[in-house]
Amino acid sequence: MRIVAEHLSYTYNPKSPFAAAALKDVSLTIEEGEFFGIIGHTGSGKSTFVQHLNGLIRLPSSLKRYKKPKAKKGQPLPPQPVLTVGTFDLADKKTDFRALRKSVGMVFQYPEYQLFAETVRDDVAFGFKNFADGKPTKEETDAAVRAALAAVGLDYDTYAEQSPFDLSGGQKRRVAIAGVIVTRPEVLVLDEPAAGLDPLGKREVMELLHKLHREWCKTVIVVSHDMDEIAENCTRAAVFSEGTVAAALPPRELFRRADELTALGLDVPLTAKLCAGLMRRGIALDCDFTTEDFIRKVLERAPRRADREPGALPPEGGEA
Amino acid sequence: MKDVSFGQYYPADSFLHRLDPRVKLLFLIAFIVVIFVATNFYGLAVCAAVLIAIILFSRVPVGKVLRSVRGIVFLLLFTAALNVLFHKGDTVYYQKGIICISLEGIIFSVFLALRLVLLVLCSSMLTYTTTPVALTDGVESLLTPLKWIFVPVHALALIMSIALRFIPTLTEETERIKNAQLARGANFESRNLIKKIGAVIPILVPLLLSALRKADELGDAMEARCYTSGVKRTKYKKLTLTWRDLVAVLVCAALIAGVVLTRVFLGAPY
Repeated sequence: MRIVAEHLSYTYNPKSPFAAAALKDVSLTIEEGEFFGIIGHTGSGKSTFVQHLNGLIRLPSSLKRYKKPKAKKGQPLPPQPVLTVGTFDLADKKTDFRALRKSVGMVFQYPEYQLFAETVRDDVAFGFKNFADGKPTKEETDAAVRAALAAVGLDYDTYAEQSPFDLSGGQKRRVAIAGVIVTRPEVLVLDEPAAGLDPLGKREVMELLHKLHREWCKTVIVVSHDMDEIAENCTRAAVFSEGTVAAALPPRELFRRADELTALGLDVPLTAKLCAGLMRRGIALDCDFTTEDFIRKVLERAPRRADREPGALPPEGGEA
Repeated sequence: MKDVSFGQYYPADSFLHRLDPRVKLLFLIAFIVVIFVATNFYGLAVCAAVLIAIILFSRVPVGKVLRSVRGIVFLLLFTAALNVLFHKGDTVYYQKGIICISLEGIIFSVFLALRLVLLVLCSSMLTYTTTPVALTDGVESLLTPLKWIFVPVHALALIMSIALRFIPTLTEETERIKNAQLARGANFESRNLIKKIGAVIPILVPLLLSALRKADELGDAMEARCYTSGVKRTKYKKLTLTWRDLVAVLVCAALIAGVVLTRVFLGAPY
């Protein structure tokens, strides 16, 4: 499902002293099949944007009480917001938002805090039962839960009957993700899926997302402020800053503009920092900022450098 | 989400915002007592006049103030209906069994409704113009005499301020959990009462767990900073009385005098 957003704006607590514009005229297109990254500070509007995607935040024009704005004389009408997800028109009142939520799965930050049922099976089945047409049989439900748990790397027979609250943090998060993908959404949105995990847990989650991207969900959208995560995994990434999209580019082009990102107060991946350090020492390295490619490019250059100046290369992983 | 109008601070810089919270608290208590001292419409009119002045001086938008009445609309209608139907009076319009609609009943129910509205409005004026922290400080300061009979006033004040502090946090948390469950297809709009109660469980369980976790964390954080109750503490913001407070006290005295006078000298409309 292709996602098209144009002129999207949103203000929290409008017309009050607490009014805060979270999105200002955001336009962004996400193609089907992308592993899309969304980067930005807290308060940059990234969470607000993704909550639009499954109708948790509605466009004004899709609300019941919406009145069409009238054009003032001499002033053209400001462009109206557009948001479509596949065939769903989110600006339309008649859109079936339940069907939309089935196709756009949303994993919130710290999703393990949304677990509530007595057993892992019941919790994972919650979404499946809610979205099912009619009442699914026990066999159907169990099959769906089994598949979803298997997809996140948990064995059904071991975990289905356990209480989700007895699991470890990483397992809880997997169960929570299983509870979202159980409806087989076409688009999966994750808000900081690796937050609060140790490096190994982070890598496991990202590997899991790639697996889901290959096997379950055509499009994966990841909100993150971990630049290494974005550089390693995404096909494209959008930078949100103060409610606007500063750029939407593939990581290899995005992180070439490291200076601009730093100016926005954002971090850049370690590989980009190393490239910049090498650049200062007169070594131009053209890599796509994934660790693998970076190491390969460095090793390609290393023998030639070593001929002239042994040991001139900065140690791997160190700040140049 | 943040539509909990009752008891929400409205930031502004006004005469009322700058008043000492203790004075505001005492004023509120006096106002409530006076509302019940007033036995006729003249008395209520005096109260209403003072209240309107307060609202105008507070720079809180009138619409926002009136919204706090919304919470008691049901209560208002309910008590009004009961009074209209069952209050015995002389000028009877309709009578059947215990149901008795009379002029006196109608006037009495209007009177009661006015009292309730005044009550709610004046209490929400306090919370609109006073931050929760100032409010707790005020309560603690006013309760100081209880310390002499070994009531742990400070602990009570702390409990109150923590409770107030966590209202927005838990509101936000509720919203987050609700959104997460909505994304998983939860339906909170069912008209079926049993289904409605069932639909709350996916919110309540995580919310309760999160509240307990937060309490635990807060307790740990306080212990890590060697917090003990009952130690003599200084305040970051010391409460001091100014000329504004004197004005408030004078207005309060005038209010009490006015209502008492209407009661004594203006015996009339009901």
